[in-house]
Amino acid sequence: MRFKNVFSIIGPSMVGPSSSHTAGAVRIGRVARQLLGCQPEKAQITLFGSFAETYWGHGTDLALTAGLLNFDTDDERIPEADIEAEKTGMSMEWVQGKGNGPHPNSVKITLWAGENKAEIVAASIGGGTIAVYSLNGFDVQITGEYPTIAVTHSDSQGVLANLTALLSREDINIGYMDVDRKGRSGAAMTVFELDSAPAENIIKEMINQPFILEVTMIDLTQRS
Amino acid sequence: MRFETLEQLADICLKENKTIAEVMMEDQAKETNIPVDEVFRQMADYYQVMKEAVQKGLTGNTKSRSGLTGGDAKKVADYMQQGEPCLGGPSATAMAYALAVSEVNASMGRIIATPTAGSCGIIPGVFVSTQERFGWDDDKLVHGLFTAGAIGFVIANNASISGAEGGCQAEVGSAIGMAAGAMVELRGGSPQQAVHAVGLALKNCLGLICDPVAGLVEIPCIVRNGLGAVTALAAADMALAGVGSVIPADEVIGVMLEVGSAMPTKHRETGKGGLAATPTGRKLTKELVEQRRRKAKEAKQPPSDMN
Repeated sequence: MRFKNVFSIIGPSMVGPSSSHTAGAVRIGRVARQLLGCQPEKAQITLFGSFAETYWGHGTDLALTAGLLNFDTDDERIPEADIEAEKTGMSMEWVQGKGNGPHPNSVKITLWAGENKAEIVAASIGGGTIAVYSLNGFDVQITGEYPTIAVTHSDSQGVLANLTALLSREDINIGYMDVDRKGRSGAAMTVFELDSAPAENIIKEMINQPFILEVTMIDLTQRS
Repeated sequence: MRFETLEQLADICLKENKTIAEVMMEDQAKETNIPVDEVFRQMADYYQVMKEAVQKGLTGNTKSRSGLTGGDAKKVADYMQQGEPCLGGPSATAMAYALAVSEVNASMGRIIATPTAGSCGIIPGVFVSTQERFGWDDDKLVHGLFTAGAIGFVIANNASISGAEGGCQAEVGSAIGMAAGAMVELRGGSPQQAVHAVGLALKNCLGLICDPVAGLVEIPCIVRNGLGAVTALAAADMALAGVGSVIPADEVIGVMLEVGSAMPTKHRETGKGGLAATPTGRKLTKELVEQRRRKAKEAKQPPSDMN
C-alpha cells in the first residue's frame, strides 16, 4: 500500500498551484534550512528537469525561497517569499542544472551562513511528497515525513551502537536508518527516521558521544 | 487500514453497521495512533480552509502568475444573478464554487489538495454548495470528507491519484468519484450505493489525459474542476435513485490503472501533448517564455536562459 494515511488523500493544506512543484518545493527548502540550522545568508539553487522548465508558472522559485525562510506549505506569504527573503538580507543565486538530475523534479540547494555551509539534493515526487537524496555530500534516502536526525561522525566502530542505544533508552522507535561513508575510517553520515521527535537534550547528549562531529534535527512534521 | 478495496470497505460498514466515514475515522486513528477527536479536528480545520477558498475565489483577485486564468468563477456567479442557468441553480452553484477554489489554487492561494492541487475544486464545490442548500452543519461535511478520503484511499492504492502517473482521470476523475460517493452518504444513501456512485462517476472519466498548457495547473484543469463538480452531483443522484454500476467500482478502478499505464508520456502531465500541443497551446507557452525572459531581466529572477 503506497498510501497509508487519509490526510495524504485529503491534504496537505497548501498554497497552490501544484502539490509537486509548489508544496513539495517548500518542503525541500525547509529541509535545507533545517540542515543549515539557521537563517541562510546566501543560497545557490540549481534546478533540474521539469523544475527548471516550469518553475516560473508554478512558483517553484517562490516556494523554495519560502522553505528557506522556514515557511510551511500553507503559509500565505509564499507568493511574496522573494520580498520576505530580501528583508532578511538573504542573497539568492539561481542556476540551470546540467544533465538530468536524479528525478524529473530535482533541485540542489547550497546554503551559507557565516562559517556554516549546508547542501542538499532532493526531488518532489508527487502530491507534495519529497525524496532527499543527499545531505552535505552524503547519499541518504529520507522523506521528511518523520522526525529525522542526521548525524555526521567518523567511521568508527561502536558509533551506531551508541546512538541506537540512546534512542532505545528514550523509547524512540527507529523507522528507517541509512549509513553512508566517504571511505573507510573517513567521515560518515547516519540518518534516522524516527516515530517520535527526540527532546533537545537527547540531541545534545548525542553530540557528546565519541566520534560524533555534528547532529542535526530535520522535522517537517512540526509547524513552523 | 482494514480495507484495500471498496467492496471490503462496504462489507465492513455492513457488518459493523457503520458509515464509510466512521470506518475511515476509526482506522485512521488506529493507523496513526492519534485519538479520533484529534483526527476529526484536523479534518475540520481542512474544511474551514475549503470554505475560505470558495469565498476568496468568488470575491478576490484570482489572476494567476502566468496571467492565463482567473475570474471565471465570478463570471458564472454573475451570470446566475441574471437568470436561470441551463444547469439549474444548485448545480451551477457547485460549478461556480469549484471554479473558485481551482482559481485560488492557480493564483497561489491556500487550498486543500483533494486528492491533488490540480483537482482541489471539485470536493469543496460540491460540499460547500450542498451545505448551503440543505442547511447542514460543518460536522456533517467533515464526516463527508472522511467518506471522500476513504474512497480516494482505495483509488490511490489500486490505481493512482497522480496525473504524471495516470493522467487527469487519476486527479479530476478520482475527485469526482470521491465527491459522488461522499454525497450519497451525506444524503443518507447506503455504503453500497456510495460505492456504486464511485463506479458510475469513474466510468465517465476513464481515459481523461493530463495535458496542461505550458505544464501549468490552469488550462484545462480549472474548467475540468467546474465540470467535475456537476458530474459528481449527477453520479450521486443516479446512485441514490438506485442505479447501480454494473461493472463494480473496484473493477472500474482496475481499468483506470490499465488505461493510465497505457497512456503515452506526452499525455501525462508533461505539457507536451493534447491541449498543450495545439497551435494555441503552443502559442500561449511561447508567449509565457518570452514574458518570463522580460521579467527576469527586470528583476533578479532566476536566469533568463532557463528553458
